[in-house]
Parts: sequence; C-alpha cells; structure tokens
Amino acid sequence: MNRSIPTHPEFAQNLDARNRSGAIWHVIFQSSTIVGIIALIAMLLNIINGAIGYVAYEGRIDPATLALNGVPIEEQSKEQLVALLQEKLSSGAYNKLEKETPFAERSRSEVYQLVLERIVRIEVKDNWNLWESLTQSQQIKATVAEEYPKATLKFISWLTSDFVSRPQSSEPVTAGIRTAVLGSLWTILFTILVAFPIGVGAAIYLEEYATDNWFNRIIQTNINNLAGVPSIVYGMLGLAIFVRTLEPFTSGAIFGFVESGSTANGRTVLAAGLTLGLLVLPIIIINSQEAIRAVPRSLRNASFGVGATKWQTVWSHVLPNAMPGILTGTILAVSRAIGETAPLVVVGASTAINFDPSSPFSKFTTLPIQIYQWTARPQDEFRALAAASILVLLVLLLTLNASAILLRNRFSRRF
Amino acid sequence: MTTINTETKYVLETHDLEIYYGTFKAVTDVNMKVEENKITAIIGPSGCGKSTLLRAFNRMNELYAGTSIKGKITFNGEDIYAKDVDPVEVRYRIGMVFQKPNPFPKSIYENIAWTARIHGFRGNMDELVESSLRQAALWDEVKDKLHQSGLSLSGGQQQRLCIARAISIKPEVILMDEPASALDPIATLKIEELMQELKRDYTIVIVTHNMQQAARASDYTAMMMLSGNGERSGTVIEFDETNRIFTRPKDKRTEDYVTGRFG
Repeated sequence: MNRSIPTHPEFAQNLDARNRSGAIWHVIFQSSTIVGIIALIAMLLNIINGAIGYVAYEGRIDPATLALNGVPIEEQSKEQLVALLQEKLSSGAYNKLEKETPFAERSRSEVYQLVLERIVRIEVKDNWNLWESLTQSQQIKATVAEEYPKATLKFISWLTSDFVSRPQSSEPVTAGIRTAVLGSLWTILFTILVAFPIGVGAAIYLEEYATDNWFNRIIQTNINNLAGVPSIVYGMLGLAIFVRTLEPFTSGAIFGFVESGSTANGRTVLAAGLTLGLLVLPIIIINSQEAIRAVPRSLRNASFGVGATKWQTVWSHVLPNAMPGILTGTILAVSRAIGETAPLVVVGASTAINFDPSSPFSKFTTLPIQIYQWTARPQDEFRALAAASILVLLVLLLTLNASAILLRNRFSRRF
Repeated sequence: MTTINTETKYVLETHDLEIYYGTFKAVTDVNMKVEENKITAIIGPSGCGKSTLLRAFNRMNELYAGTSIKGKITFNGEDIYAKDVDPVEVRYRIGMVFQKPNPFPKSIYENIAWTARIHGFRGNMDELVESSLRQAALWDEVKDKLHQSGLSLSGGQQQRLCIARAISIKPEVILMDEPASALDPIATLKIEELMQELKRDYTIVIVTHNMQQAARASDYTAMMMLSGNGERSGTVIEFDETNRIFTRPKDKRTEDYVTGRFG
C-alpha cells in the first residue's frame, strides 16, 4: 500500500482493533464447530466400544453331544432339528411352539435358533467392551480360564447380519432385532402416510388461501406451539384417542380383521404410526410453510400475469419449487419420529414380542423401545446388544435420509 | 395530428381512480384513456405509484394483501372491477410483462406451451410456440434450444421470452412494468423495437423510469407525481401526446422533470 498517502491516526488504531475482534470471533466460531465434532465422535466411539469385544459363553449342554450320526447340529436339516426339539422338549412346550407357528411354516434358521435357545441354552458368562478387550486381553483370558473353565472366549462384534435378521429373544446370544426393525419401518410408513399429505395440505392452505384474520393467526400460533410440545404429551393423546376411543379402528375390528390370538387391543402399528404422525405434523406444516413462502413472488406474478388461476399457480409453480424444501423438512421430522421412544411407551409398544408385525393391526416394538429395554437390563451383555442396535438405528436413519435427499435432488434438477 | 381520426377507440379508461394499500391512498384522481394500438407511457419519479396504477389495469394489485380501489377502470367500456368479472379473465385479456425477467423455471417451449394449455389451447402447439417466439423476435436465437431452460437465456432474451409468453394467449393489451430497467442498452433497444412491432396488434401501456425511452417509444405519456397537498398520493398531473409532453408541457413540474431540473 502506498504509505505516502497520510491516513487518519484513528483509522490506523481502529484497523488493528477491528481485525483483532474479527480474529477472536473466528476462533470462537471454529471452536464451536470443533466441540460439536468432538461430541459426535465421542458418541460414535462409545457405541462402537460397546458393540465389539470379548465374550465368554457356555452352553448348558455341549452342542457336540447333540450330533446325529456324527453330523453336528449346524449341518442338520430342518426336519432333523424339529425331531431333536420334539425329543428334548416336554410335549407341552413343543405343542405350545407348534401352536404359535406350526413348524412346517418356520424356516430352518428359525428352528436352529430354537434348538440353541431351548436345548443348548447358550449363556453369556461375561463380556468386555472393545477398549478392555484390546488393552487387557491377557487378564481377560486368565479370568475366564479361572472362573469359567468350560466357557468359550471369543472376540466378536455383536452387530452381525444374524443379529439384524433374528427375531427378539431373551437370550443375548440368540437375540436379534428383526422384530424391532420391521416395527420401526411399519410405524414410520404410517407416520409418513398420515403426516406428509396432511402437513403439506395444511401448509398450502395457510400460505395460499387463509386470509390474515384473528382466527387464522390463532391457528398459526397454535401450530407453532404444538411443534414444541413434549413428545410424551402426544403419547397421552395417542393413548386416549387412537388406542382407547378408536380401538375398533386401530385394532382392525371394524374392517372385520382381527389377527388370530391378537391381544393388541388397539396398541397396534397403526395407533403408533398415527400418534407419531400427530407428533411430526406441526413440524412438517411449519417447514412446508417456510418452503412455500420462499418461492419468489416474481414466479407467482408470472403465473398470475398470464391468467393462471390460484390452483394452477400453486400446483404448477409453487409446489414444484417448494418441494425440495418441503422434503428437507419432512426428512427432519421423520428422523425425529424414528428416534421417538416416550410416546410409544405410553401408546403401548410391546416390550417382548418375537413375532414380526405383519399388518397395520399387529402388535409391535420399535428400535428405540428395544434399545431402551436392553439398556435397562442389569446384565452387561444386553448393553452390548443395545450398542449394536443403536448402530442399526443410525444406519436406518442414514438410509432413509439418503433416499429422501436423492428424491429431493431429483426435484431440484428440473431446471 | 394531421389527420382527424374520428374513430379513436379507447381500450382502457379510468374514472376518478383511487388506489389504496389498506387505508393508505397510494394513487388518487386518475382520469386517463389508453388508445387502441398505441403505446402509452407512464413516467414519474420513484414511489409515485406508477407500477401500482399499472397493476390496477389487470387486477394484479389484488395479489397484494389489503389493496382496494375506488372509482372505475373500464376495459372496452366494461368495468373490470364489477362483481361478476373474474380477475383471471381480466389477466387473460390484459397481459403483463414485469420489471425483472421472470420466465418459468421450465424449458423455453414449456414456458409458452404451459401458458397456452392452462387456457385450454387445443391447436398445434409447435406452431403456436414458433409464431409467439417469432413475434417476440426471439425465434432465430432459440429455435435450436427450445428444450433448454428458459433461465439459461440472457436477461434480454428472457424478457423477450416473457413477452412471447404474454402474447401467446393473444391478449388485447400488454402492460409492461419497466421491462428494460434490468437490461443493457442493446437489449433495451431490442425491446423498444419489438414494442413498435407489437403495437400493430396490441395496445401497450409501459411504465418507465427512462425518459428517453418514453420519448422514443411512446405515443402518449402520462406524467405522474406525488400530489403536494399533504396526502402524498401519486396522481397523473399531465396526460398528453408524448411529443407535447416533452416539448410543450403545460405543467411546470412536468417541464422540470423532463428537462432534468426536478428536485
């Protein structure tokens, strides 16, 4: 810079101070970001730490003794395994299983799992998290050899493909989360089916049609407040309306559809989906309104200016242009719904069921409920299962978000 | 004028027109007549209600909450604010081109096709698109890229696309709200030439900030200004043939404004 041109002395002094305060704010903003990232990494590490590690387990019965003509049970056919169950279980227990689901309809892996659960009865004696397993493996091996001489010690990841595909079980080794994953998917399906059309419809009405009068202002204020109501309150509402009052509807009775042996009494996938739908409805409305409001006035003018009606303008221009924003808002809302636990506890999610939801009128459990259940158990091994389930929940969330983002990008690409 | 035109037809007329935003009177006492197949310019300083007046001619005002009018605007003798008149029909017959080019975020072809389709056009769409673009002097520039986005064009081309879109539904009047204010001088000149072409088939009302443009392009000029009586409402202080406004204005304020001695 040409220093020969004199500047005001105040300017020179001020310039340093101005640059300094800018630098300080820069550091503050950067540290906020770093704190956020550290928190995220810590959370992920904590979950992974819980989901992998040494486990010591032993069966009440040595599986080797169940071998048939030298064929170990892992390689036996379904029929052989069923015969084994019939032989080893009491006839009462066997008939009960047969009554729940006839063996003819069960797959081989389900029967194999029953064998492990009911006959071999593998028990986890002790387990360690990833950090302990890596740093103290000698000690762990010594402890196991001393305390559980018959037990097998294995370094495992609790998150396996079997874990995702197996139904729930009371034994940690054979427990899976298929029931909970399917329950979550069913529930979220109904949440989206209810909340998306109603939410977008309400947003269109409020933005495009409602006049600015006291009544509509009250509605708007209430929607804004509803978005901040604690989720458990929606649980109470869902219990009162969907489970109790509308029981004939949510249990499927008025459709003449009652699942055999169902004890749901309205505590069904449908009731949960509707409850979560109510929960996210205000969020979807508000986000959609924002997106609709962001459509430039010039575009509306262009449409009205060539003599389009209001509906033609909304349908052909406002909605397509607002759709990316509406979808982003819906993604956020649905992500919240997937992670909700409290309202579902109130609505009556089942805590221990081992059959998959098969219709809107099925009893259900969801991933967050399952995780909550497992973390509440005193045994360490269930906490490892919870950690593995959290990973599944995260993957499920990311998958849903990614598909919604792909959908959104498809909309945005139209010029 | 040298010839006496006994059959002068006025397409738009205002009678004691007042325009309100809520309780604020933005425009007052406007009495003007827009002659068929002529270009009528509305000039005046910023904030004097030029655009408000223009938007009142095809009821675009109503899209802004709280606007209302008193007095009357007639279109071919018919009150366009009468109870049984649908604003959609008014805008269909009185088209509009805006200050900022605003093609739909669709292809060039669709910009015109959509506009025609919503009014139930059933004829040959390709022909309509071509003739509209030709009338707007845009065909040669875009005929090879009809299916590209309208937003990929330059500002001047976008504005001519908007004009093509407006004339595709054959309105009787085209209202233009500072159509060249966002364009460079060359694009502006093209729009002005285009207006001279269009005036054979259409009646044009144009709002402009640019006095040279009004002087060059228009047949009649309405000079608007805030009335000084404390109300601060805009009004037409002088309305006459353009060359008279620019050479022998009757009102001192008009003279000051067009000669650049204003304020």
